[in-house]
Amino acid sequence: MKEEVKLMKGNEALAMAAIRYGADGYFGYPITPQSEVLEKLEAEMPWDTTGMVVLQAESEVAAINMVYGGACCGKAVMTSTSSPGFSLMQEGVSFMAASEVPALLVNVMRGGPGLGTIHPSQADYFQATKGGGHGDYHMIVLAPSSVQEMTDFVALGWDLAFKYRCLSMILTDGLIGQLMEKVVLPEQRPRRTEEQIRQQCPWAVTGAKGRKNNIITSLELDDDKMEANNNRFQATYREIEKNEKRCELVNCDDADYLIVAFGSQARITMKTMELAREQGIKVGLVRPITLWPFPDEHLRQAAKNVKGILVEELDAGQMIEDVKLAVDCKVPVEHYGRLGGNVPTPDEVLDALKQKFNIVSK
Amino acid sequence: MPKIRGAVTVNTERCKGCNLCVVACPKHVLSLQEKEVNNRGYHFAYMAVPQECIGCQSCALVCPDACIEVYRVVEK
Amino acid sequence: MEINDIIKPENLVYKKPKLLNERNMHYCPGCSHGVVHKLVAQVIEEMGAEEYAIGVSPVGCAVFAYNYIDIDWVEAAHGRATAMATAIKRLQPGKLVFTYQGDGDFAAIGTCESIHACNRGESIAIIFINNAIYGMTGGQMAPTTLLGQKTSTCPYGRRADLNGYPLAITPLLAQLDGTRYVTRQAVHTAAAVRKAKAAIRKAFENSMEGKGTSVVEIVSTCNTGWKMSPEKANDWMVENMFKKYPLGDLKNVDAEK
Repeated sequence: MKEEVKLMKGNEALAMAAIRYGADGYFGYPITPQSEVLEKLEAEMPWDTTGMVVLQAESEVAAINMVYGGACCGKAVMTSTSSPGFSLMQEGVSFMAASEVPALLVNVMRGGPGLGTIHPSQADYFQATKGGGHGDYHMIVLAPSSVQEMTDFVALGWDLAFKYRCLSMILTDGLIGQLMEKVVLPEQRPRRTEEQIRQQCPWAVTGAKGRKNNIITSLELDDDKMEANNNRFQATYREIEKNEKRCELVNCDDADYLIVAFGSQARITMKTMELAREQGIKVGLVRPITLWPFPDEHLRQAAKNVKGILVEELDAGQMIEDVKLAVDCKVPVEHYGRLGGNVPTPDEVLDALKQKFNIVSK
Repeated sequence: MPKIRGAVTVNTERCKGCNLCVVACPKHVLSLQEKEVNNRGYHFAYMAVPQECIGCQSCALVCPDACIEVYRVVEK
Repeated sequence: MEINDIIKPENLVYKKPKLLNERNMHYCPGCSHGVVHKLVAQVIEEMGAEEYAIGVSPVGCAVFAYNYIDIDWVEAAHGRATAMATAIKRLQPGKLVFTYQGDGDFAAIGTCESIHACNRGESIAIIFINNAIYGMTGGQMAPTTLLGQKTSTCPYGRRADLNGYPLAITPLLAQLDGTRYVTRQAVHTAAAVRKAKAAIRKAFENSMEGKGTSVVEIVSTCNTGWKMSPEKANDWMVENMFKKYPLGDLKNVDAEK
């Protein structure tokens, strides 16, 4: 199937992108606001076309461990969920990180803590970028701000996961997941054959045919060996930090102030920036695309000559910590965010910017 | 009349001296060494009454450490 | 005839399966796990499935099963073996996929995954070791611990009013439409070992034929946890465990036809 232009919800586009990538398996559990991913996959019946397995699991705990099982086979497998579901998945996430198996995870965030609300939030930033599960590990965290990126990051996420034998996460929210936009769906790629998987993933459990048996485990009771394992994980993370930081900078060259926002909030603050510039306030936008690794170098460059940075996020102040670390607190950094599923208007963010930095517009 | 004769060999280093083979043997052929131990300190099993062995494999079947090999021959 | 005349290659009738490697197993002397490992290795070898068998080891004493049987293995999080096996089998339907789980793993922390994998009729084989205690963590109460049985977390004996009742999970699984074969075996005598081996073989063949879920419960001893000698543990199992967990097939769809 060729490229196609469609009008679609973010969640649906993501499901289509998975099929088009040549995914081998999706395992998930319904939860608002991401259930359209599983619904779309079930409706498309890819098992009849590409041979992709789609399974509604009995819980997020089961779903993530199915993903773990599939990932151990060297298959391109994924799950999607929303915040409370991702909390349940942390066990499997930690095990997969420790076993160095690739997989794509999607969290369409909703407001928490607890059952919270079904409306958008970005309050799982810490959980996604700083662990969530136990032990020293990281996932590559991609933050789409459009339906097109919901689509494109599926392929990017899997490619990076296979390249580094790590987990990739698409961290988005109910706003992008439910948003309908024009999207270009990529061309259908074939699923890899068993022979291709054996070559690409010689570590995978494909049956000990013509090679020594493979064992995938996160357990190692010899302290020196476990330390060596951890050092290997960390070396991978340093490599990812070196190569994979991604960021979009808009109007930063002449900016007096920066707004840092990701995902859905970058769309809103894009408008804030326009409004500010109409009032003569030179605002630039820094949109981290990878939340881990955090694009600190991009931010440092953009912040060289600014008077202040406003971090706008749908939480009580999480990404602001990475922003402060990036600029080494050499620039005043303030936070603005709405909670509980509320989303600010562009004007509201502009008011916050003016107030926090005592800007009087012309 | 043909007589069935058997014999076993014990991988003495694998053996943990659990005694289950001794109990399983219908002919009371096997015993654990009383004094001698293997490198891991276990009193390993041995054929104390070898002429009684009929090669029935009971000892080997119940052995949790797969240390027993069984040989069997029909004596004409 | 001298012993040396008997011990000749042509007279060999029983040997360690090659697939069970030379590593000394970490299990306590007399532990049933060793026997079941040997049976799993034998069956895979006899089926010629060395190159397409994939095992899922649990958390618990058998966590290191992968160190002893030289096939491809994954090691699951506690209780999640059947979820992993579900994906492995669905993504590689041509492979022999089995889990090896203890009672805590299969029937406590993993109950949800266990029941749903069986209910979906995943074509996997489940080897379920029921020794009524948590061995690896030091002898705590298991879901299958008998009433009155002493463990480190019910030191005065399990009481129904405090700890609930011992869980016989395989009869529950036998009721599910997804299960093809559910059986309860033991490995305390030569005859029992032969039957258990046949059960494992049937379960593995069912996996290969895509016939649905097979569950082979092995009522086992944990002589260390029970604080008995291996032979006393066998006696205690026969006297006490078999009353609550009687041996035999609980469901065999093929035999019913």
